[in-house]
Amino acid sequence: MTDFSRRGLLKLSAATITLAATGLPALAQEIKDLVIANNVNLPSWNPTVGTSAVNPTIQGIYQSVFDMFIAQDTDLSQTPGILTKWGWNADKTKVEMTVREGVTWHDGTPLTAEDVVWSLERAADPDGGNPIQFIWSTIGNFEISGNQITGDVLRFEPTIFKWMSFLTGYVLPKAYIEANGQDGFEAAPMGSGPYMVEKYERNAFIRLKAYDGYWGDAPEFKTVTIKFVTDSAARVAEVESGNAHVTLEMPSEEFDRLRAGNLMGVAQPISDIGMIFFNDIDVMKDPNVRRAAVKAVNKQAIVERLLSGYGVPIDTLQTPEYSAYDASISTPYDPEGAKELLAASGYSIDNPVRFTIQTTRGFKPKDYEVIQAIVGLWRKVGIEAEIEVYEIAKHYELRATDTLAPAAFYNWGNSIGDPTTSTGFAMFGPSPHSVWDGEDLVGMIAPLWGEADEAKRIDGWKAVDRKIADDALVLPLFQYVQPILHAPGVKVVPHASGALLPHLMTRS
Amino acid sequence: MTLIRTFLKRLVSMLITLIGVAVIVFFVIRIVPGNPIAMMLPPGAGEEDIARLKALYGFDKTLPEQFLIWGKGILAGDFGTSITTRQPVMSLVLGRLPATLELSIMALVMAVALGGALALAGTRQRGGKTEAVIDVTNGISLSVPDFLWGLLFILLFGVLWPVFHISGRVSPALDLPFVTNFYLFESLLRLRFDIWLDLVSHMFMPALALAIPLAAIIAQLLKQSLKETMHLDYVTLARTKGYSETHVILREALPNAILPTLTLVGVQFTFLIGGTVIIERLFSYEGLGNMAIDAVINRDLPLIQGIVILFAVIFTSVNLLVDLTYALLNPRLRHG
Repeated sequence: MTDFSRRGLLKLSAATITLAATGLPALAQEIKDLVIANNVNLPSWNPTVGTSAVNPTIQGIYQSVFDMFIAQDTDLSQTPGILTKWGWNADKTKVEMTVREGVTWHDGTPLTAEDVVWSLERAADPDGGNPIQFIWSTIGNFEISGNQITGDVLRFEPTIFKWMSFLTGYVLPKAYIEANGQDGFEAAPMGSGPYMVEKYERNAFIRLKAYDGYWGDAPEFKTVTIKFVTDSAARVAEVESGNAHVTLEMPSEEFDRLRAGNLMGVAQPISDIGMIFFNDIDVMKDPNVRRAAVKAVNKQAIVERLLSGYGVPIDTLQTPEYSAYDASISTPYDPEGAKELLAASGYSIDNPVRFTIQTTRGFKPKDYEVIQAIVGLWRKVGIEAEIEVYEIAKHYELRATDTLAPAAFYNWGNSIGDPTTSTGFAMFGPSPHSVWDGEDLVGMIAPLWGEADEAKRIDGWKAVDRKIADDALVLPLFQYVQPILHAPGVKVVPHASGALLPHLMTRS
Repeated sequence: MTLIRTFLKRLVSMLITLIGVAVIVFFVIRIVPGNPIAMMLPPGAGEEDIARLKALYGFDKTLPEQFLIWGKGILAGDFGTSITTRQPVMSLVLGRLPATLELSIMALVMAVALGGALALAGTRQRGGKTEAVIDVTNGISLSVPDFLWGLLFILLFGVLWPVFHISGRVSPALDLPFVTNFYLFESLLRLRFDIWLDLVSHMFMPALALAIPLAAIIAQLLKQSLKETMHLDYVTLARTKGYSETHVILREALPNAILPTLTLVGVQFTFLIGGTVIIERLFSYEGLGNMAIDAVINRDLPLIQGIVILFAVIFTSVNLLVDLTYALLNPRLRHG
């Protein structure tokens, strides 16, 4: 009992504080073990099944441990990865792939063409639970010869190779998973990427250790801890106090404040965009209303004043990094033109057109504030929009059932930059992600899905984007700029997909 | 016999409550907008893909059928499989429960210590400036919500004077040789004070943020009870016997005055566990509350159901324990 005397407790308290104080890393020290305060949790180590598989915000963690079939450079372009060559035969009835030699799994066993084929076939299995199965199932009947793989094109999919750098496009270890089962794999995940998983505490952190046998450039930081800090205030405090060296996704004001102090920051446009869906119901069937709603929005002012400049105004669903971006398509800010269009339909400031706009609040930085500003701009020309706040889960359900309000804010990610995965799925009526059902647009898009001539395909998508802009079928707002805050001792290389990749970080 | 009858009655009522909670949570989370299948739909998914995913996760069956399957599973100890993690719900929630319990217990200890000290000091110095200061402190503590205390502590003890860890439950660099998830208790049992200190350093700020509002409530109620008791005849008699004021408060007044506070502490403990949801999120503490928020965001229906049922079990069990303790301590109830 004497251990818990008042003096003893005082000693213990002092020891706690001393240990805590000395145990906390200082900002100025050279960084030995890199610590990243990440904004989202990693719910599962299975990158090919369930909601995690299609969650773009955790792909960076997966890419630290697993290799994708085809690697992706920081500008979204594809580069040789596990596959060093890929393509179709001349008549595009077969796919041909070459597997990199000398690659090993984290247990030292070789990664073979069998692993690649097994991963592709597993992804295409209708009962396997892969959400992208509808893409992977377009190729099959693979044959292996050494490190060469050939397969039949079962249904021509022009983006099949782009998907090999996108969601669920990971090469997984056949023998390891067959020996340990899916549960065993999730408990002790193994890949061929730059880092091995040393420790994983769900909802808390991951400790990664550089894999010495990695086929690519060796990561400079040999150990990396990724802490899941979902609250932005706590995340910023982690870096400010020196507990973490890198973090992302914080309010732009905080980013500017801290970057002006002891910390450093990089902010680069990423492949996510902010947009407003128009559902072709009620007043949105009137092209004058839609066109006026587009013309009345001053995107540049919104980016400058609300996002502190951390955004790039866009007029189509393509950003400059996407392959079908067309700078000549523009929908300039024109409030007087908006008033004229509304007047032609019998609306004015005194007799405004009324509809509901839905938005999330806090799901993306300043989402609600952006919509408030847009509603204010609309009011000035004769549009009275009522804001309805919803959760992102409700948005998905309403969109899948085509029951969104006439206008609805959303952020769309497309880290392979193909027009099918932006304009295509967002605007093609039969897609569960589209709420625009116009038959003329469906007629323009439908032939592009299987278009084998790449130049013709891209031109086709540009024409679709021009029609969408002319008819104001959607309101593209801006491309997001991702703020990354870091300690002076680390150099961060941002990736246009938004993935924070520790193996690209170096000591500065 | 009275105690046993009370216990059995409360046990039956507890079971009915749990069944009610199970029914409500099952149907309510399916009625509110936002379903997990819509969230995992890839771009370009067709009707067939949607049907395939629904069948894979069992959402192709009618609600009563789904409920029956779930209910049968529970009776067999199987709460289903989490949609996001593909892990059994039971192991997920039981794995996180110790973290939340340890945090709640630490917060409760802090609240009782702080609240008790303030109440005793206020009673000892009643009518003076000290009591006025304590009353103002209580008012502020009650008015400021726990998450704001949390933010203030992050600024004070995490950034300006970084003595405590801001996020997480334990430092990632530490290797834990534990067999249970009760890290705090097990580290003490194993005499691993290095880990224990690290755990306390992580828990201190969230626990204090949770404790402050409860401490204020305890201080107010206990002080009021003590004041009333101090006017009773047996306390006056003790004074006339020449006992010191401190002795009179601690030995004579406190044992009687503490009963209402004990009930309150029991009830508030359940609210304290509920309060961990926001605080755990703020401090990225790997407990049940943090998991609950992720489950709701991801519409992980089986996991939400499991967490709510577990919370309900905790609430009803604590209430049962409080009632029994009260009955044991109160002679009038004990003897019927």
